[in-house]
Amino acid sequence: MEYKSFISDTIAQLGEEPNKLIPLLQQVQEKYGFIPEETVDIIAQNLNLSANRIYGVMTFYAQFKLKPCGKHLIRVCEGTACHIKGAEGVYESISGKLGIHEGETTADDNFTLERVPCVGCCHSAPIVVVDSDYHGNTSANMAKGILENYK
Amino acid sequence: MNKITSIEQLEKIQQEKQALWSSGIKLVPVCGVCIGGQKLAQAMRDEVTRQNIADKVQIVETGCQGFCKMGPLVNILPPEGISQWQNGTLYTKVKVEDAAEIISKSVMGPEVIERLLYKNAKTNQRIPVIKDIPFYSKQSKYVLERCGVINPDDITDYIAWGGYQAAHKIIKTMTPETVIGEVTQSGIRGRGGAGFPTGIKWKFCRQSPGPDKFMICNADEGDPGAFMDRAVLEGDPHSVLEGMIIGAYAIGANYGYVYVRAEYPLAVKRVRQAIKQAKEYGLLGNNIFGSDFSFDIGIKMGAGAFVCGEETALISSIEDRRGMPRPRPPFPVAVGLRGKPTCINNVETLANLANIINKGAKWYTGIGTEKNYGTKVFSLAGAVRNVGLVEVPLGATLQELIFDIGGGAEKGRKFKAVQLGGPSGGCLPEKLLDIKIGYDSLIQAGAIMGSGGVIVIDNKSCMVEVARYFTSFCQKESCGKCTPCRIGLMRMKELLERITSGEGQKGDIELLIELANSIKDTSLCGLGQTAPNPVLSTIRQFRHEYEAHIREKECPAHYCKPLVKFMVDTDKCKACGQCIPACPVEAVKGKKGEKVTIDVTLCTKCRSCIEACPFDAIV
Ligand SMILES: Cc1cc2nc3c(=O)[nH]c(=O)nc-3n(C[C@H](O)[C@H](O)[C@H](O)COP(=O)(O)O)c2cc1C
Ligand code: FES
Repeated sequence: MEYKSFISDTIAQLGEEPNKLIPLLQQVQEKYGFIPEETVDIIAQNLNLSANRIYGVMTFYAQFKLKPCGKHLIRVCEGTACHIKGAEGVYESISGKLGIHEGETTADDNFTLERVPCVGCCHSAPIVVVDSDYHGNTSANMAKGILENYK
Repeated sequence: MNKITSIEQLEKIQQEKQALWSSGIKLVPVCGVCIGGQKLAQAMRDEVTRQNIADKVQIVETGCQGFCKMGPLVNILPPEGISQWQNGTLYTKVKVEDAAEIISKSVMGPEVIERLLYKNAKTNQRIPVIKDIPFYSKQSKYVLERCGVINPDDITDYIAWGGYQAAHKIIKTMTPETVIGEVTQSGIRGRGGAGFPTGIKWKFCRQSPGPDKFMICNADEGDPGAFMDRAVLEGDPHSVLEGMIIGAYAIGANYGYVYVRAEYPLAVKRVRQAIKQAKEYGLLGNNIFGSDFSFDIGIKMGAGAFVCGEETALISSIEDRRGMPRPRPPFPVAVGLRGKPTCINNVETLANLANIINKGAKWYTGIGTEKNYGTKVFSLAGAVRNVGLVEVPLGATLQELIFDIGGGAEKGRKFKAVQLGGPSGGCLPEKLLDIKIGYDSLIQAGAIMGSGGVIVIDNKSCMVEVARYFTSFCQKESCGKCTPCRIGLMRMKELLERITSGEGQKGDIELLIELANSIKDTSLCGLGQTAPNPVLSTIRQFRHEYEAHIREKECPAHYCKPLVKFMVDTDKCKACGQCIPACPVEAVKGKKGEKVTIDVTLCTKCRSCIEACPFDAIV
């Protein structure tokens, strides 16, 4: 029920824009942290699209998640500037410390680990973004320390 | 708010704002996008409240001012006012604790706080005036003129600088054809990478039949390591909107989109705010300036796909489909968004337009060199001392860009190569640094102008690894529609991985070249057609590094993990101890004051110690 009203409200907000699918998926994800399976059928009915077509879009774009994330989302930048400044070591140390790889979530559901191409803060490379906090000039060792602040 | 319909109203807002600025209220621009900048701006505001001087001092949270390496930055404006900010003083690496002192001494009083001034690394002198800092003195800021000094969330700041007067001029006094003529004469070429002449693109779009057309701003900025467009959108969003209005009027569009990456949340917020204000002032919407020209802009957020920067993929994405490119022709100027003629321009291209209209094509062609007029914004990143955002006239040399402005390689290391144009671009070695920056000269040298990402690579990075990195990036981002790109890049990546892990075989280089050339020739879109460039250019300029990996199973830069063991060069080690806490696995043994050693059984080769060492002592 909640999904239904959220989706129809969001569609109404999008007004006269003829292409509502991607903006709608973005808002569903923003609200729930991922795109719950149940919402796909509701969206399909509301926008008069097939579920197949919606899955096609969801799986094309890196932004859309089909599974829920942990409480905190860690994004390690692997853009060029960060790569040159040692992002690989930063990623490995976080991955080693949490015992998970890219795209995985820790068993206690506290952290999800992702790698992203450039967040536009290349001047302070290497960058680690936790939730919406940007940590710059990180190093392999420091990265582990950053995680202590997110319990 | 009454909608603006005349130049008088626009000028009235301009004069009121300028009067406010010269009435003695002190503006203090603080860069709010540096890491730590927002906290600093808040601390400065709190201090203003605490000292109860809100009627005298106004803290302005700005976009990027360029000198990111030295951030957070605070500007102390000169008595001449904000438009002459380059005559003012810059405080660098400012901490929250410095806020009170800056306000008491330098804002309310005339004192200069010596320790916060930029220190010239060569002469050890502190520099009190911004324009004397080498990083600024060699730049020509036109696109970035206001970026980092104005409040991007306030449209009247932009209007005070003469904003929206170009839009007024074209709508009230010029026909679309004369606008196109002026822009064509200015010779401006697209700043998004391909360098297509903007005036000609507009002409084609204008000539395409049909009443409905679209104007799209490409703010996808997918090149990793580039942040020019982000800085313009966050620092001066109205300049992009005004460019879109000019373009829309010229081609005859009534609706437009800004397509911006989702990875730039602040840029999205700033553009949204700018659109809202422009509508309130009647600068977007129906009957702009009371004319019969109407134009409105919506925002579309990307969803994390590099290929969506390509114009036909971008259109697919706005249309709610998988962001896959399609063959051109037909070009979007003929058949674009929802089948209608569509003009797509890059953020920086658009941000140049108000200047061209206000000052004229002649003025514009006075900057730069033949066929390459105007300036270009570059983001300097990687192993360069002054990372940041710079704007130089075309025709400046790479040497000036990287050494005079950028300060050369950092940490006393040796410059090895510069990578231009991101995953579609190429690497140039030191001997080619005299090249004048321009679309054609860079292609001749084996690189491209690209969107403006400049990554400096020092002697600690392996060029084969750099090629592997870019290939792997493009392979991941390939949309999968055409075979050469989808499978060819995968094979190329595997070959490069084989070489960097010491398993390379005789003939691998030739195989790479063959594969690269066929991917270039047969891919559907720009992604595949240019993805082999980093490989080809590194083979051309650094073939010896490939050969060392294959024949001697050695990585000359000591980078590729399977081929290296980390050791301390005891001649260079100064026992400073900085590497010890940097190691995440306690493999660096010793203590401060003693030369260290590395326990290879524990070492994971993460390179943290190499990055931490100021003396280049770990090899
Ligand atoms: C794979 C690929 C990615 C691209 N990414 C961008 C981008 O992020 N931003 C951009 O402005 N242009 C990008 N382009 C170029 C656009 O297709 C297009 O040429 C440009 O937006 C046109 O604007 P301009 O004429 O003002 O340069 C990309 C092209 C390709 C092939
Ligand atoms: S490369 Fe990491 S933020 Fe740009």
